[in-house]
Amino acid sequence: MDERRKIKSFILQNFLFTDDDAAVSDSDSLIARGVIDSTGILELILFLEESIGIKVQEDEMVPSNFDSIDSIVSFVARRAGS
Amino acid sequence: MCGIAGFVDMERRVAEGRRQLELMIHTLSHRGPDGYGFHLDDCVGLAHARLSIIDLSTGDQPIRNENGDCLVVFNGEIFNYIELRASLEVAGHRFYTRSDTEVIVHLYEEYGDNFVAHLNGQFAIALWDSTRRRLVLARDRVGIRPLFYMERGTRLWFASEVKALLAADRRAARLAPEGIAQTFCFWSAIDPQTAFQDIKSLPPGHVLTVEASGTRHTRQYWDWQFPEVGSFPAAQSIDETAMQLRGLLRDAVRLQLRADVPVGAYLSGGLDSAIIASLGIQPNGPRLRTFSVSFSDAEFDESPYQQQMADFLGTDHSTVRCRPSDIGACFPQLVYHAEAPLLRTAAAPLMLLSRAVREHGIKVVLTGEGADEVFGGYDIFKEAKIRRFWARQPASRWRPSLLGRLYGYLDNSPVDNAGMTRAFFERGLSNANGATFAHEPRWTTSASSLRFLSTGMRASLGPWTPIAWYAHQLPVTVAHISPMARDQYVEAHTLLAGYLLSSQGDRVAMANSVEGRYPFLDHRVIEFGNALPDRYKLRGLKEKYILRRAMAGMLPDNILNRIKQPYRAPDNESFFQAGQPLEYVADLMSGDRIRAAGYFDAGAVGRLLDKCRAGRVRGFANNQAFVGILSTMLLDELFVRGNTVLRSGHERPDALTHSLSTDSLVSD
Repeated sequence: MDERRKIKSFILQNFLFTDDDAAVSDSDSLIARGVIDSTGILELILFLEESIGIKVQEDEMVPSNFDSIDSIVSFVARRAGS
Repeated sequence: MCGIAGFVDMERRVAEGRRQLELMIHTLSHRGPDGYGFHLDDCVGLAHARLSIIDLSTGDQPIRNENGDCLVVFNGEIFNYIELRASLEVAGHRFYTRSDTEVIVHLYEEYGDNFVAHLNGQFAIALWDSTRRRLVLARDRVGIRPLFYMERGTRLWFASEVKALLAADRRAARLAPEGIAQTFCFWSAIDPQTAFQDIKSLPPGHVLTVEASGTRHTRQYWDWQFPEVGSFPAAQSIDETAMQLRGLLRDAVRLQLRADVPVGAYLSGGLDSAIIASLGIQPNGPRLRTFSVSFSDAEFDESPYQQQMADFLGTDHSTVRCRPSDIGACFPQLVYHAEAPLLRTAAAPLMLLSRAVREHGIKVVLTGEGADEVFGGYDIFKEAKIRRFWARQPASRWRPSLLGRLYGYLDNSPVDNAGMTRAFFERGLSNANGATFAHEPRWTTSASSLRFLSTGMRASLGPWTPIAWYAHQLPVTVAHISPMARDQYVEAHTLLAGYLLSSQGDRVAMANSVEGRYPFLDHRVIEFGNALPDRYKLRGLKEKYILRRAMAGMLPDNILNRIKQPYRAPDNESFFQAGQPLEYVADLMSGDRIRAAGYFDAGAVGRLLDKCRAGRVRGFANNQAFVGILSTMLLDELFVRGNTVLRSGHERPDALTHSLSTDSLVSD
């Protein structure tokens, strides 16, 4: 499973409790749509650390890194490349 | 305290009326275990279940006037009955009991339907005027005592609880999609809506009349009123105001101590209950009996403060230690009493507490409920103040950082991270003058539970946007009061009346035949607080400022200056042991049961259950969804399907609380 697929599937199952791909699009703002709330961010970071194997630094905990599936995927890609 | 039930039908005689009254009132025996009273004639039936508190020997209801043409059944207390009686006697009325109830019929003779305006108390009243052949139903100003009704054609039934109405007509045992959906957003259905399709709740501060012609009319006689912006009278000095408030609170407590049985008090560890308990100590009176809930989990526990207050006041204090497993075990019984879906478990420990109160022989307790609504104690008021301040300069980085001062008591605080705080609270910022501005973050979090509804439920709700819908229910006058007053108005009409005073108030106390009393909700205290400028309540970010000032020197400094900690209890973890759901939870949350009941999407509920089981649920949204779904399924099981095993908690209140072992009840 590629990382985009893994991330999307986590968002769908863990926050929206569904398998329906159409429930969220990759560019949707997860915060503005209420998919992720303040504690949801903690769950997302835990997932990235445990299942994707990256460590999120304190100064990276900003909405622009996590606000959509697209931005999470590019954040992960940047971290993998660095 | 008591339970009432009855019916009226101006056109047709009710067949087997006496039998129907008995069926109804017997479901309310927990509210009034000390005896029943009935009245039946051609078109009306009144029933009463009594819990004797004032006038133990002659207070049996219905109570009548001098010539017997006016009768009343009543649940609650009229605290100013002594003063009312004196003035009614001067006016020529003769009394045959010493009860508070009797003033009602004479006030009605004097003032007609406006009798309610003279009452200082907490009440649900059914009054039958046999001369004019009319029924008057009335509910207290803020909704301390419940009153439900059901209409079918020419007939109307009323009762203190839904279960009595279901006893009159089983067909009413159907849940209302609107009631469930409203609860999932606002924590309770909004009056007159209830969780049941055919059953309405008489809103607080309202009178419902049924005339001889059959005409029904509902009228509001009181509401939370705030001065229009710019119309505040020249403010007195804060010290004068504080001293007036101290005197008023003393008087409210003095009236609420009236009873022919001992009155105890709850100590939560916070400021409000400390104030009430300290004012409840009578010079040369018996040692005050106080009670508290403590938790094994430190995030919820406030026992050091409770013990400190008990020591300071020298009360005879008992603590019920509550474990998550106690909550899971008593939850079905809680839903049986609440008769509504619940989004949190916090009412459960209070039901265990009232049981302990009753076991110690106490029937009446004073509580600190209401101070946060009247004097601006909740974080939601501070949060809204900061968000409004921020909305004036939306680009500011410093203004939203003030939110970081809130919610220090949470393990997973929504303000732990500045950037996230900003993103989370930014929503709705452009609507800073909207009537629901303060409540939007809370309601949006709760309403995320709506995604668990089944497609059938969504279809029956149609295109419903909860927050806009609620804003539309508000009176237009709220636009003219201050933003904070608006927030208080909304809070008083949603969380206070709908949840704190019912599921977490009347119902959990009356489950064990205990009456709660609320001096902060004496309408004189509310009117005093509402007339104050906002800055007397929320001074900077210091909440309940005037109240602290009023009590200066009367309480320990750390209690007097303590920051508000909301009362909470462990949620989803109460329903799992070693990763496995409790037996009834596994059954009700299974795919088959969820599909058969039809309220929720079985796939989504299954995933939520898995997440809970794995111990990965934190934060409010998922916890509220879980507790909301489980309680709705219990409501269906208990009332729609009529499960008698879980309901046996009603016949034997101990049946479902066996795990609250006696050794967990610590007395000193």
